[in-house]
Amino acid sequence: MSGQLYYSAGRVWAMLLRYLYLLRSSWPRTLELLYWPTLQMLIWGFMSQFLYSNSSYVFRAFGVLLAAVMLWDVLFRGQLGLSMSFLEEMWARNLGHLFVTPLRPYEWVLSLLSMSMIRVLLGILPAALLAIPLYHYSIFSIGLPLLAFVAVLLIMGWALGLAICGLILRQGMGAEGLAWTVVFTLSPISAVYYPVSTLPGWLQHAAWALPSTYVFEGMRAVLFTGIFRADYLVTALALDFFYIGLGTAVFFIAFHNARRRGALLQMGE
Amino acid sequence: MVAPAVKVNNLVKRYPTATAVDGISFCVASGVTAALLGGNGAGKTTTLSILLGLLLPTSGSVEVLGEDMLHHRYRVLPRMNFSSPFVDLPHRLTVRQNLLIYARLYGLSDRRERIENLARDLQISAFLERPAGKLSAGQKTRVALAKALLNDPELLLLDEPTASLDPDTGDWVRRYLEEWRARTDATILMASHNMSEVERLCSEVLMMKEGHIVDRGSPQALINRYGRTNLEEVFLHIARESRIELEPVK
Repeated sequence: MSGQLYYSAGRVWAMLLRYLYLLRSSWPRTLELLYWPTLQMLIWGFMSQFLYSNSSYVFRAFGVLLAAVMLWDVLFRGQLGLSMSFLEEMWARNLGHLFVTPLRPYEWVLSLLSMSMIRVLLGILPAALLAIPLYHYSIFSIGLPLLAFVAVLLIMGWALGLAICGLILRQGMGAEGLAWTVVFTLSPISAVYYPVSTLPGWLQHAAWALPSTYVFEGMRAVLFTGIFRADYLVTALALDFFYIGLGTAVFFIAFHNARRRGALLQMGE
Repeated sequence: MVAPAVKVNNLVKRYPTATAVDGISFCVASGVTAALLGGNGAGKTTTLSILLGLLLPTSGSVEVLGEDMLHHRYRVLPRMNFSSPFVDLPHRLTVRQNLLIYARLYGLSDRRERIENLARDLQISAFLERPAGKLSAGQKTRVALAKALLNDPELLLLDEPTASLDPDTGDWVRRYLEEWRARTDATILMASHNMSEVERLCSEVLMMKEGHIVDRGSPQALINRYGRTNLEEVFLHIARESRIELEPVK
C-alpha cells in the first residue's frame, strides 16, 4: 500500500483522472471551456482590425489587444480551472470520502493545479490557433517570452484560486461566487489593454504590486520595441512567489480549520 | 494479548455553542462488531468522524489499529475504511470510475480484478457503467460498501449502514456484513439507530447519550441488566432516564 508515502504520484493521478472523467462526462462543459476564449478572441480580433486603421496605438502592433485578451484568459482560466475542480468536490459532498483515504491535502492541491493547466490549454490553444487564419496574427510570434508570460499568469491564477478555495472552505458554499468574480477586480489595475501610466498615480502603486501588470507591460514592450524586459520577469516571479505562498497558507489554514470544525463531512450545497 | 482495534481515552469535542462528545473512553477489541448506539445528537457521528481523522478533537487520545490517530493517521488510513448512506459517491461518474479512483487512492495494483470480484460479491456488476447518481438507495448502499471494502480494511466504520433501505435490502446488507466479518476477521464499528440490526450484528454495544457513554455490554447483557425483552426497550429506558456514570478505560 502507498498510504504511508509522503507523496504518491499515483494518488495525484487518481484525482486528476477524476476531474478528467468529469470533464469527459459532459460535452457542454467541455464546449464551454472553448466557447468564452474563442468568443473573446473573435470580438477583440474584429476590434483590432477596426482600430488598426483608426488608432495609432494598435497600428504600432496589430496583436497588442489580441495578445492581451488571450493572456488575460490564462490568468482567469488558471484561477477558475482550479476553483471549478475544487467546487466539484463541494457540490458532490465528496471531501468526507476523499480524506478518509491516504490522500494528502497537498496531493489534492497538486491535482487541482494540474487540472487548471489542462483547462487553460484546452480553452486558450484553440482560440490562439483560430486567430492565425482569421486575423493573420499568431500569439506564438512573441516567442520564448510568451512561455514566461504564461507561467507568471498561471502561478498568479493558482495563488488567487487557492486563496478563494480557502475562503470557501472557511465560509461555506455561500462564498462560491468569489470563484467567478474576484479576478475581475484585478483586471482594471493589471493594465491589460492600456499602459499602467494611464492609471491615476495612487492606483499605479497598486498595479505594480501585481505580477500580471509586469506581464502586460512586458508584452507591450516585446510587441512595440522587440525588447524583452527581464527585470519585469524577475519582479513578477518574485511577486508570484509571495502570492502563491500566501494563497497556499490561506488554503491549508482553512483546511485545518475545516477539520477542527467538522466541515469536511458536512461541506456541500 | 491482542491490542484493541480502537482505543479511545477521555475524548472531548467541544464546539463554541455545544459539547458533542464529553470525555468518553472505550475500547473495541479486534475482530468483533461493535456499535455506538444513541439518539440524535448523542455524539455517535462525531466519534466516528474523529476516528476517521475527519474531525479534530478538543482533547483526548485515539488509537486505531495500534497507531495514534491524531498524529499518525496516514499510517492507519490505508488499513481502514468507511461507508455511510449520507455521504454519496460523486453522482456524475460511473460506478466503475468511482471505484477505480478510490482503488488508485488506496494504491491497489490489482484494481480491475478487485473491482470485478467485489462487484460480483455485492451484486453490482450490472450497473458498473451507470452514473452513481442514477442508482436506487439499495444500489447506492452496495456501491458504497464496495468502495469501503476495496482496500480489505482491518477496521470498517459504518454510519447507519442500512438507513433508508427496504427490509429485504437491509437484511441482505446485514447478512453480507456478517459473512464478510467472519471471513476476514476484521473489526466493524457502526453507529446506528436500528436496534434489531445491532442485536443481530454486534457483540458489544456502547450506549451514548448527550456526548457520554452511559452504558456498555453485549446486547443480551444490556437486555438482562435492564430487565427488558429487547434492545429497543433498553434504548428507550436509557433515553428517558438519567445517565449511569462509568469508570474510564484503564
